[in-house]
Amino acid sequence: MFDELFTISTLVGILHSCVRLATPYLFASLGETFGQRSGVLNLGVDGIMLMGAFFAFYVVFEGHNLWVGLLAAIAVGILMGLLKAFVSVTMQSLQGISGIGLYLFGLGLSSLLFKTLIGSVEGVSGFRQLAIPFLSDIPGIGHILFNHNALVYLAYLMVPVSWFVINRTTLGLKIRAVGHNPEAADTLGVSVNGVRYTTMMIGGALAAVAGASLSIGLQNVFQENMTNGLGFIAVALVYFGSWRTVGVLGGSLLFSLVNALQLWVQALAIPVPSEIAVMMPYIMTIVVLAFTARQIQKPAALARSYERGE
Amino acid sequence: MKIRLYLAKLIDVLLPVAAMLVALLVGILLLLLLGTDPFEAYSALIQGALGNVSGITQTLTKATPLLLVGLGICIAFRGGVINIGGEGQIVVGALAATAFGVGFGNLPALILLPLTLVSGAAAGLLWGGIPGFLKARLGVNEILTTVMMNQIALRLMNFLLRGPMLDPEHVAAGTSIPQSAALPESIWLPRLVPRTLFHSGAILAVLLALAVYFLLWRTTIGYRIRAVGLNPNASRYAGIPVSKYVTLSLALSGMLCGLAGAVEVLGVHHRMLEGLSGGYGFSGIVAALFGKLHPLGAIPASALFGALLVGADKMQRAVQVPSALAIALQGLVVLFVVSSDLYVRRRSRRRVGDEGSDEPLIAEGEKREASIDEREESVEK
Repeated sequence: MFDELFTISTLVGILHSCVRLATPYLFASLGETFGQRSGVLNLGVDGIMLMGAFFAFYVVFEGHNLWVGLLAAIAVGILMGLLKAFVSVTMQSLQGISGIGLYLFGLGLSSLLFKTLIGSVEGVSGFRQLAIPFLSDIPGIGHILFNHNALVYLAYLMVPVSWFVINRTTLGLKIRAVGHNPEAADTLGVSVNGVRYTTMMIGGALAAVAGASLSIGLQNVFQENMTNGLGFIAVALVYFGSWRTVGVLGGSLLFSLVNALQLWVQALAIPVPSEIAVMMPYIMTIVVLAFTARQIQKPAALARSYERGE
Repeated sequence: MKIRLYLAKLIDVLLPVAAMLVALLVGILLLLLLGTDPFEAYSALIQGALGNVSGITQTLTKATPLLLVGLGICIAFRGGVINIGGEGQIVVGALAATAFGVGFGNLPALILLPLTLVSGAAAGLLWGGIPGFLKARLGVNEILTTVMMNQIALRLMNFLLRGPMLDPEHVAAGTSIPQSAALPESIWLPRLVPRTLFHSGAILAVLLALAVYFLLWRTTIGYRIRAVGLNPNASRYAGIPVSKYVTLSLALSGMLCGLAGAVEVLGVHHRMLEGLSGGYGFSGIVAALFGKLHPLGAIPASALFGALLVGADKMQRAVQVPSALAIALQGLVVLFVVSSDLYVRRRSRRRVGDEGSDEPLIAEGEKREASIDEREESVEK
């Protein structure tokens, strides 16, 4: 029975799914990394994803170009990011709870819009497979890595881009400074709130793209609460990856690998209680967090609002 | 001075109400944008929730789990921790209560009923206690672990309801709706109004609200929980074992959520089924915040949000405005309530020195959290 799982073609299939399914995790958790490095915990990622997923889907459903759909998602994501920034940065509210508010708002509003504007579950033709010439012809690896749609490539491209922005640019330096010691950053003339607004917009845009990658890239439908808590996992992945882009990449691949395995186990009708298998990444995340919570350097000002002294 | 203080208290109570009104106003704008008549929608909502006996009993039935979860959230917040794991704790509580009630179905009801409730509470206690322990001992962020525990609980439910706990009658009949066997009728919670779902779990919830008030303000344990929540460093200096009380507040919080699950099973569904948690884990947070994190404030708050949920369902059926509106409104209420805290905080800073405030400042919570972490770190060194 298990032999089927270990044929070359199955393994290639699983790894292909793994690379593909990591897309939403990557977008969302890279976006969250920006926010957390600047000291803002955004727990509302799931709500932003749902809004992004809906707007991208709706625009495409109405007959517009896929890229226009993606832009619509980005615009909505930026707005949601601004809302979060206003509540957490300007109003200095408790970040965990305001995130829950944002999540419920996004969850409710996306369902409300979906039911009023579309009504039933419909499909669209999303981003199509884009095999990279020559590279995709390499046996095995070619299919695993170079035979995906544009959003998948974009997600992986965001890893080095995010790394570069955070570690090698002035903006990145400001983000890290604000996340580590807002008082000192402020003294040096960095606008703490300005930087945090920026990272919330970046994070919002990326979370919305993560949602869009589901609705017009991977699944090509929109359903109420279609993210199923994926945004919360993305937040945990940032801790899991110790606030580093490479760590986030590793965590995303791990979660998507387990998802891919589960899909294939189901497809091949292998009698493994898959509900037990899908618990593993969550348990593993808790264990990893438990072992690393003390060692890793988290942004010192994470989840702390900043108010200038008189 | 006195008058100013009373005025301040009054404003504290009115702020959530104002937040609700602003949320409803935003709701009107949303409905207008979507081309529906907001007044028709809102009147259907109010009519549905409070317009007749059936609506009112449904509202109170929904308010029951909200109150129990809200009480749990109050304890966690007062202890300086955030419990987002209500959903998971409800699910494991309901699973454990069902397993026990069905498994020991031949015990006399007088013994079986309390034990069934206790097993639900115990499962929730465990589900909340694990994140509590990890937070207290290892400094693991409880927001993340409670979220993970939610996912694990849902997976566990899917597994149990499709396998070990699947109703044997359903298996025999060849249908496979993922739900458990029914509990023995002798332990169903008695109905308070005949031919409605309104059950005596509501009385239990209100009694527990009083008990939680007593616990937090009239016992040493409660005093210590609040002390740890307000200032962990000072508490440690005063000899309170902080990590023990961090674990305890999350465990108690989980216990009340687990009990909510057990009460839902015993009072409403009489068996375990998918979707039983119904978002109460999140709505309970909204109700607790609305009630100013006070156990007695949670009573009217949970009734209000129960009405919102029931009314929204009715509204969807009567005028075809999606009930998801209620979820969006709850989100807005949370955003406005936590934002309005800035005002409370600024004011309390102004009056530092002349009046000590016992009110928890929601916005201070994460500073507290940070200071627990820092403290733990310095202990390590």
